[in-house]
Amino acid sequence: MIGASIATPHVDWLALSPALALVGVSGVTLLGAVLVPRWFRHAFSATVAAAGFVTAGVLGGVLYDRSASPTALIADSMTRDRWAALAQVVIAGSGAVAVLIAWGAKRRDHVGEYFALLAAAGGGMAFFVQAANLMTLFLGLEWFSIALYILCALDTNRAKSLEAGLKYLIIGGFGSAILLFGSALVYGATGRLGFHEIAASGKAHDPLLVVGLALILTGLAFKASVAPFHMWTPDVYQGAPTSVTAFMAAATKVAAFAVMYRLLTTAFPANRELWTIAVAALACASLAIGNLAALAQRDVKRMLAYSSVSHAGFMLLAVSADSALGGRALLYYLIPYAAMSLGAFAVVAARERELQRQVSVESLAGMGWERPFYGAAMFAFMLGAAGFPLTGGMLGKLYVFSAAYDRGWWWLVVVGVVATVVSLYYYLGVVRSLYMRPSQSEVAELRLAPAGGSPPRDPALVLAVAASLAVTVGSFVFISPLVRLAHHAAAALFA
Amino acid sequence: MLTTILIFLPIAAALIVWTVPLPRGWSGGLAFVAAFAEVGIWVGGAARFDYGGDLQYSARHNWFADLGVSYHVGFFGFSLWLAGLAVVVCALAIAYGVWVDRERERAYHGLMLFLTGSIVGVFASQDLLLFYAFFEAMLIPIYILVGVWGGPRRVAATITFVIYTMAGSMLMLASIVAFGISQHTFSLVDSGVSRNNWIFLGFAIAFAVKAPLLPFHGWLRAAYTESPPEVAAILSGVVSKAAVFGFIRIALPKFPGPVDHFRGTILVLAALGLAYGSLLAFRQPDIRSVIAYSSLGQMSLIVLGIFAGSRTGLDGAVLHSVNHGLVSAVMFLLAGMIERDYGTGEFARLGGAAKGRPILATILMTAGMFTLAVPGSTNFAGEFLILAGVFTQGWGYAAVGAAAMVLAAMYTLRVISAVLHERRGDTVPERAPDLRSDQLFIVIPLVVCLVALSVWPNAVSGHSFGGTQGSLPSLGGTTP
Repeated sequence: MIGASIATPHVDWLALSPALALVGVSGVTLLGAVLVPRWFRHAFSATVAAAGFVTAGVLGGVLYDRSASPTALIADSMTRDRWAALAQVVIAGSGAVAVLIAWGAKRRDHVGEYFALLAAAGGGMAFFVQAANLMTLFLGLEWFSIALYILCALDTNRAKSLEAGLKYLIIGGFGSAILLFGSALVYGATGRLGFHEIAASGKAHDPLLVVGLALILTGLAFKASVAPFHMWTPDVYQGAPTSVTAFMAAATKVAAFAVMYRLLTTAFPANRELWTIAVAALACASLAIGNLAALAQRDVKRMLAYSSVSHAGFMLLAVSADSALGGRALLYYLIPYAAMSLGAFAVVAARERELQRQVSVESLAGMGWERPFYGAAMFAFMLGAAGFPLTGGMLGKLYVFSAAYDRGWWWLVVVGVVATVVSLYYYLGVVRSLYMRPSQSEVAELRLAPAGGSPPRDPALVLAVAASLAVTVGSFVFISPLVRLAHHAAAALFA
Repeated sequence: MLTTILIFLPIAAALIVWTVPLPRGWSGGLAFVAAFAEVGIWVGGAARFDYGGDLQYSARHNWFADLGVSYHVGFFGFSLWLAGLAVVVCALAIAYGVWVDRERERAYHGLMLFLTGSIVGVFASQDLLLFYAFFEAMLIPIYILVGVWGGPRRVAATITFVIYTMAGSMLMLASIVAFGISQHTFSLVDSGVSRNNWIFLGFAIAFAVKAPLLPFHGWLRAAYTESPPEVAAILSGVVSKAAVFGFIRIALPKFPGPVDHFRGTILVLAALGLAYGSLLAFRQPDIRSVIAYSSLGQMSLIVLGIFAGSRTGLDGAVLHSVNHGLVSAVMFLLAGMIERDYGTGEFARLGGAAKGRPILATILMTAGMFTLAVPGSTNFAGEFLILAGVFTQGWGYAAVGAAAMVLAAMYTLRVISAVLHERRGDTVPERAPDLRSDQLFIVIPLVVCLVALSVWPNAVSGHSFGGTQGSLPSLGGTTP
């Protein structure tokens, strides 16, 4: 027998379970698209997808609990540690909320495919964050990216959606190619693929490796929409179905940053003088470009897209600190950030369904009084994104600033502070629209859209907003347990 | 425990008002009850306070330990007085809101209660990050209150106000991070002193914006004239005192070196602000602008006292903070009532209101006498202590202060004569009702507080920094 001579590596199924759960769910949903009758397909797919994300989240939690010391999996191609497990929990949570946002959007076609792809993207991200060599890294990246390319273009009847899909495909493909090229150069320099092996190869100052590092960082920066590699973000965020945008804004950022931090700290510790400066420069670029461009946006989804670029800048501050405090700051920041962006896009989705058109800052006018719950929630998300207290956004900013200051880079703190002041204008612009702009003509015109003037009841969406709100505020009050989780997770990388 | 109740009672009431669908009128009632319960709790606390002691009524819980941040609240003598000012002024402002019957009452009363709680939180904080959280939390309700219930140019006013304040706050956040990380704790009690001028400047500018001090006062007039009057009363009467608290609790004890280094600059700016504010107040066309610029002058005077470097000056600054809070609250509320009754606050269209309105005339005249610091009033005592304190730093400051007292008399008498006397304005009807009993209920308590303080100003000035010997107080273990 030929098979007997191949030594198969030991597979730790629990470590792979979050990704596998989502892959399985994706398959079931896809079968449902064929086998389940049309009238029941939406409820079936959505329920299965939601259950899949919840299961993945729980498995991630179990994995976190049982992975006190990091272990290598499957011939050192993957890692089982708390860093990945915590990121998986956040990704799974984001996916579950995204399913809730999508629940009430009555899709006419591609219902099964939609949820199948969402679960597949989540599975890809769960796989991606565990990557421990350049091959699995690229595999995971492509896995979730391809699912997202299709998801963006899924509203085939909307030109904007097709445009978004195409733009994301081309620019995303470009980013992936850069990353692959960088990986090839690093492999060429060291002859190794594993993160730890690259670090141990002692070729840190090989020009080939340095160029490869720069290219890999660039490829990841494309995914994380870090300026100046963010140009796809506003178009894609605006054009994609809002539930997909919400998922991308939250989960892709978590995945990309978790992997970026792991890669930089474990594979390239000897080049830290170099990449911390590069990351700091990217942070400044993101903060400047994201905030200034957001000032000029009228479309709320575009504004939130630039806001996510600026948040990428804040996260990079934590990455550039390259310390346990920085890792903790990054993981903590991601939690309220994910909740705030999911929640904000959920409110946008609510308004979109009510008005049946794209939501601009003007068309939010008076929403605070007409829809008190959505209005108050959006108010909280905007304040959180701006770094006001009573939301985790403020403490997240405090943490990343502390990490940067602790590294000795006080000037980064100053850049972050100035960026925050600029950002107030557009975040408070939304609040102004919610509460202080009656704009009768606009309101009178809008009233025509929904029949009877009252929007359809959408308990799933309310639940999505409520969950996001609970995390946004809860991460302020109960920061201590979250930081402890982040602390243990970050310890895995600095062990 | 008392401090925690004082902070969270109004916030809890705000949550109830927002979330529970109360019948019309109930939310105002609930706000009213909560606000006066707050005053009651404070009075109870003040009665049992040991004015010779250190930090009292304190409570401390870890918030997040890895950066050394804790929920730590408590009162010193001076901060107890500031908190007392806050609960009294906020309670009467809420009473004013109930009297006016603001629309969207649930949102309105919830915000007023939330504001009350966060102001008390500022005065009680003993941890830098908690202080920052409350300091910022104050801004949220003010922003909405001005932006929704304010005057015709309210949106522009909120934008200027928020941008000024947040620019200051963000500098402060940078300073807090720098201070906290280098001290390994954010606790105001446990941390030592810093010699870093930049960190000090971050704090000082944030407080200078909040007060406001001279070059940072651009938001002042629009915010004070476009706010609803009761919010203007809280803004100028109480919120500006967050700067006083910050200077006394953070700047003086934590940055003794930088304070000495910048003392001259700050004193000169304060003296200029005092003269400038008083001069501008004299030329304003309406009641609220006069009070706004008068506030700029009075806050500058308080800062003179704080940076006088002597115990006398500090005692005077605390006393005068309370005085100014009460006086500007009463003036803004009266201005609101006049605007409501006659439709305008412009001097050109007012006048002759005293005829047939003895109560209005008496109350406005009395409040005016306190504003111009007539000898025998508590304001006179406060200004006297400040000027005596700052005299050691140079007689010039005291001379400016004394000149400003004359200017204060001029602008106050101008307000009084423009509203009450002179030719009858076109908006003032010949026969119109005087202040009614419900209006009196709102302003009389403030006047009574002022009269009581005039009888015994030492209640505040002699009971602010108890138990400390020497020229400057020690707060929570760190002696500058």
